[in-house]
Amino acid sequence: MKTASLSLRNLTRRPGRTWALVLLTGFLSLSLFAGSVVVMSLQSGLNSLEARLGADLIVVPKAAQSKASFQNIFLQGTVGAFYMDAELLDEIAATEGVAKAAPQTFLATLKADCCSSRLQVIGFDQQADFTVQPWIVQSSSRELGPMEVAVGSSISAGVGESIRIYQKSCPVVARLSATGTGLDTAVYCSMETMKTLLAAAEEMGVSHKVTADNSDGVISAVYVKVAEGADIDQVASSLASHPSWKTAVVQTRSMITGVSDGLAGVSSAVKVLIGAVWALAFVILLVVFALLMNERRREFAVLRLIGASRRKLARVILTETGLVCLLGGCLGVAVGAALVFPFTALIESTLNLPFLTPSWGRILLIAALSLAGTVLMGMLSSARTAWKLSRVDTGSILREGN
Amino acid sequence: MILKADSISKRYFRPTGQANYFEAVKPLSLTLASGAVTVLMGRSGSGKTTLLHMLSGLLTPTSGKVLLDETDLYSLKDGALSCLRNEKIAVVPQGRSAVDTLTALENILLPWQLCRKNAPVERAEHWMEALGIAALRDVPAKELSGGELRRAAIARALCQETPVLMADEPTGDLDDENTRLALSILKDAAKRENKTVLIVTHESEARAFADEIWKMDGGTLHPEQ
Ligand SMILES: Nc1ncnc2c1ncn2[C@@H]1O[C@H](COP(=O)(O)OP(=O)(O)OP(=O)(O)O)[C@@H](O)[C@H]1O
Ligand SMILES: [Mg+2]
Repeated sequence: MKTASLSLRNLTRRPGRTWALVLLTGFLSLSLFAGSVVVMSLQSGLNSLEARLGADLIVVPKAAQSKASFQNIFLQGTVGAFYMDAELLDEIAATEGVAKAAPQTFLATLKADCCSSRLQVIGFDQQADFTVQPWIVQSSSRELGPMEVAVGSSISAGVGESIRIYQKSCPVVARLSATGTGLDTAVYCSMETMKTLLAAAEEMGVSHKVTADNSDGVISAVYVKVAEGADIDQVASSLASHPSWKTAVVQTRSMITGVSDGLAGVSSAVKVLIGAVWALAFVILLVVFALLMNERRREFAVLRLIGASRRKLARVILTETGLVCLLGGCLGVAVGAALVFPFTALIESTLNLPFLTPSWGRILLIAALSLAGTVLMGMLSSARTAWKLSRVDTGSILREGN
Repeated sequence: MILKADSISKRYFRPTGQANYFEAVKPLSLTLASGAVTVLMGRSGSGKTTLLHMLSGLLTPTSGKVLLDETDLYSLKDGALSCLRNEKIAVVPQGRSAVDTLTALENILLPWQLCRKNAPVERAEHWMEALGIAALRDVPAKELSGGELRRAAIARALCQETPVLMADEPTGDLDDENTRLALSILKDAAKRENKTVLIVTHESEARAFADEIWKMDGGTLHPEQ
């Protein structure tokens, strides 16, 4: 008989004790797994939102800033538009300290026969963009084709349906995940589609021309990523101070301070929570295994008496705990998955925070780590007992309780 | 095999009047010959169990050496000493010594199985038969009575087939008839298999089975006439 079968017999012939341990370790791995999945979901939700807000600076027409309409569009989801000459894009991109510049063009639809409802339509340049595209990619793996739109999570139209914008029918090809901002109430399309839509609006008498010879068309905002090492304030002031541009510069940092502070708070609170769960799990396992193993001191001393070396005894103990933790760990992960995945929508609405379930690969990784963590913690706790046991002469343990 | 104790002693940390230790066994030397039954008697607390544990490689002496033929037990590494205990020195300890989750037979075979040797089931059954516990073969140890456990422990030690066998109060829970039976089986084993047998006991009946009798008193050893 190998030591493994002794361990196995110890487990199967004390089913009460074994199941109690399996339940305990199962509960721990459940909280590790479910907790980590929720944290990672929140984290990736927050990341996506941060990416949405990921520009350092946003250049808008001076008029937009004075009306404070930009912030409203961005954060509250107000419908509105303002324009500047598209030629400005190249000049902004060429400004010192600017690493990336991506244009967006807004279009407000009307609550009239020509349109489905009053909506904010945002056209973005699929090549230059670095804020909207990563978000769309999570819902749809391909780029938006001509006249195709992606809708924010608060818009009721589903994939396969169409939205009417200035008499044009735009098929919805993707629904975006929630960000918790005004971006959720907008409709997104490519710059080319936007040009068609602007022309359609023009035909209905809604003009967007900024000047008479506005040949390049119009843009509403330029999202700017500042080059590594460049000073954001300095780039902002050089973009704002150009005499002929008539632009204003919004620093996203100041605009979203409130939001991002909230996000940072939640994410660090959740991290602390998961750390606490791990620490608590370890302490609980340590205490439980110490108590259980202590109760079996005499049994282990008998094994030593009949010739088990310290190493062999440790193997018996560790095999036992390893098996228990493996079983409990698998059970916990399975139950955790059954608890979390069907209820992601509920969790999201309860927390009122963006919640993006991680990819299957990452979920499997979390499952493997939770399992490994549980087994490792169990083994460490019982290894401590095994080690303490081996410090004492077998003779001394044998005389205890006689 | 000859087991020799060379001025071994054991001190325990325990503040007493004069010192901060208590000497449970004062330095003593002892030789146990093979083929002989040595009986060790003495009052409770006189140090008998402490001495037996030191002789069987279970308790490191404070001073002195224990030699099995030429081997100094306490100079061995844990692995080698454990192996030596398994193969050379069987011990029936004082008190319960069964693994509760195993049956009587499994307990008796455990020393063999631990070291991955073929378990001699027939021999185990033979000793169970001899000690009158054959019917308990497949009963879980936790259901056995004190006397039944005692006899199972004796059977385990005999089944281990070691040249040295030490028993600490092997007849503690036994009735007179079983006491006599157990002692005669141990004596028989010493004679037939040329075993070195040490029995610690309060039982005066054991004198009849002894080749040599020692008495312990306050940590010192005296031969008994
Ligand atoms: N770990 C220890 N720490 C302190 N004192 C100890 C320890 N182990 C034994 N003693 C003391 O050593 C003395 C001898 O103990 P031992 O168990 O050897 O006696 P014994 O002769 O076997 O007694 P009994 O017949 O009751 O079994 C006792 O007084 C006991 O209190
Ligand atoms: Mg004793």
